[in-house]
Amino acid sequence: MRSTIAPRISLIIYLLALMLPVYWLINLSLRTNADIMSGMALWPHHPTLAKYRAIFADPTWVHAFGVSLSYVAINTVISVSVALPAAYAFNRYRFVGDKHLFFWLFTNLMAPSAVFALPFFNLFYAVGLFDTVWAVALAHCLFNVPLAVWILEGFVGGVPREIDETAAIDGYSFPRFFLRLFLPLIANGIGVTAFFCFMFSWVEQLLATTLTSSNALPFAAVMTRSYSASGMDWSLLAAAGVLTMVPGAVVIWFVRNHIAKGFALGRV
Amino acid sequence: MSLVLDNIGLRAGATTIIDGMSLTLRRGVMNVLLGPTLAGKTTMMRLMAGLDQPTAGRLLLDGKDVTGLPVRKRSVAMVYQQFVNYPSLTVFENIASPLRVARLPTAEIESRVRHAASLLRLEPLLQRMPAQLSGGQQQRTAIARALVKRADLVLLDEPLANLDYKLREELREQLPPIFAETNAILVYATTEPTEALLLGGETATVWQGRVTQHGPTSRVYRQPANLAAARVFSDPPLNELAVDKRGAEVITAAGRRLPSSGVLANLPDGHYTVGFRCDDAALTRESASAPGFAGVVAVTELSGTESFVHVDVGIGTWVCLVRGVHDWQPGAAAEVSVDMHRAFAFDPAGNLAASPAMAQTA
Repeated sequence: MRSTIAPRISLIIYLLALMLPVYWLINLSLRTNADIMSGMALWPHHPTLAKYRAIFADPTWVHAFGVSLSYVAINTVISVSVALPAAYAFNRYRFVGDKHLFFWLFTNLMAPSAVFALPFFNLFYAVGLFDTVWAVALAHCLFNVPLAVWILEGFVGGVPREIDETAAIDGYSFPRFFLRLFLPLIANGIGVTAFFCFMFSWVEQLLATTLTSSNALPFAAVMTRSYSASGMDWSLLAAAGVLTMVPGAVVIWFVRNHIAKGFALGRV
Repeated sequence: MSLVLDNIGLRAGATTIIDGMSLTLRRGVMNVLLGPTLAGKTTMMRLMAGLDQPTAGRLLLDGKDVTGLPVRKRSVAMVYQQFVNYPSLTVFENIASPLRVARLPTAEIESRVRHAASLLRLEPLLQRMPAQLSGGQQQRTAIARALVKRADLVLLDEPLANLDYKLREELREQLPPIFAETNAILVYATTEPTEALLLGGETATVWQGRVTQHGPTSRVYRQPANLAAARVFSDPPLNELAVDKRGAEVITAAGRRLPSSGVLANLPDGHYTVGFRCDDAALTRESASAPGFAGVVAVTELSGTESFVHVDVGIGTWVCLVRGVHDWQPGAAAEVSVDMHRAFAFDPAGNLAASPAMAQTA
């Protein structure tokens, strides 16, 4: 029995350490500012949902939340659907410069996105996309498309080429084969890829705030504004912080099986 | 009614993979491609199917030039050595797949799939997924899919190689009659000479991207046209003895002089390679005229009713077939007696110079 107790204790300690900041954020969000300033409390003595109510009652917050979700969703759809054929081509075909092109995709990930803030700003302003969710969604493709291509290429490689050939012999047209037979085989990979695209787009702030001003202001940008306007509203910020974690948690819940299999199978 | 490979060639950069291959595969017979791994059998099948395009030559199906026609437009079915099925479809849908693409009426699909499933004893498994099947069942599913399509050309690329011994024997017996009634051009690739003999039909021996011989299987076995074909069609490997014939004598590479007997007797002077299979090499002297070669046992393989004794005779290692189980220990002295009347003689270019069959007809 001794051998099972020690790992369990270390696992519990690890999980406690992992969850502590999250717990603390929730703790703060349920207390009032006066309470927070008066001293440390391990749990909220007079829990209140007032700040959450305040956020949901304020159209600025609600709109910003919708904006963030929209560009993240658009970006995920674009990234995955663009990356799927690319990943298939990189894995299945040999063409001049294929390896260089594959590597070149990654150079996009090597530069900090701040480098691209100015050109993107100028470009989107010129074509009239500035301050729209499309600007942010397209800008985030900069790092999400290469990432998606790379992850999916590993999953495409896990499907034997003979399946493609058998489908061709059976007479399937390429689009029909790709949609009907091939996509179900890499469903786990698509789930994992979508998850990563979602997360990276959701946490990215610099491009998101640079490319928007008022109409399409993302959630985190509203957070920054709120504390500069009326001093430091600790519990409001904490409540907003908790809300930013919710979509990620929901997405993880939906793709948890895919992710478990995806981590075991592919290139993550 | 045939598939004709007319001087087909395939090059990748500077390497020649298939070299000017001409072959006629007829309908209604089992066409066996026999050759070791990497000889080019799979490449040939991919060219026949249209999965790869040749860089030279033409491919004629029933007299029509189909070179360059994409695989989707051809009437072809293929079974791979690996069990290839669509993992996301049930066994029924896997078998029905080519018929669904061809938009056959549902009733027709149903009856064809049921028929193929009954031939391959898959009926109770039709609603399962491929991952829930054993290897043999997966391969039978793949074979059923090739069967229902009623393609003009059916390619079986070592279909039984990944199955265990019992299943392999069972399926090998069932396959020829199942496909015989389809009247397709049947091509069956295998690395095993025994399998080629069991399948019968016609055999093309393949060696380094070339067809070395093509003809009725038993004739190719009995009268290999060249050394490459004889090597390909011998398992255990062909025993070889290099000799220099001078009049009534032959001199071996080791300098030993022997009387020129058996297959060598009527040949002109010159260098020859004598090839003989394991059943023509005995460890007991059967006749006084058969030359004996002293050697040392290297390894003994027991197959139950027979023993294959590998004997190092100084100029190479020969394999001798001995009936029954014999416990020849490695290191034991042994004398190999070669039946020169049943051996083949090949000239320096590798072509057959004399064989027992030729002696009979002469």
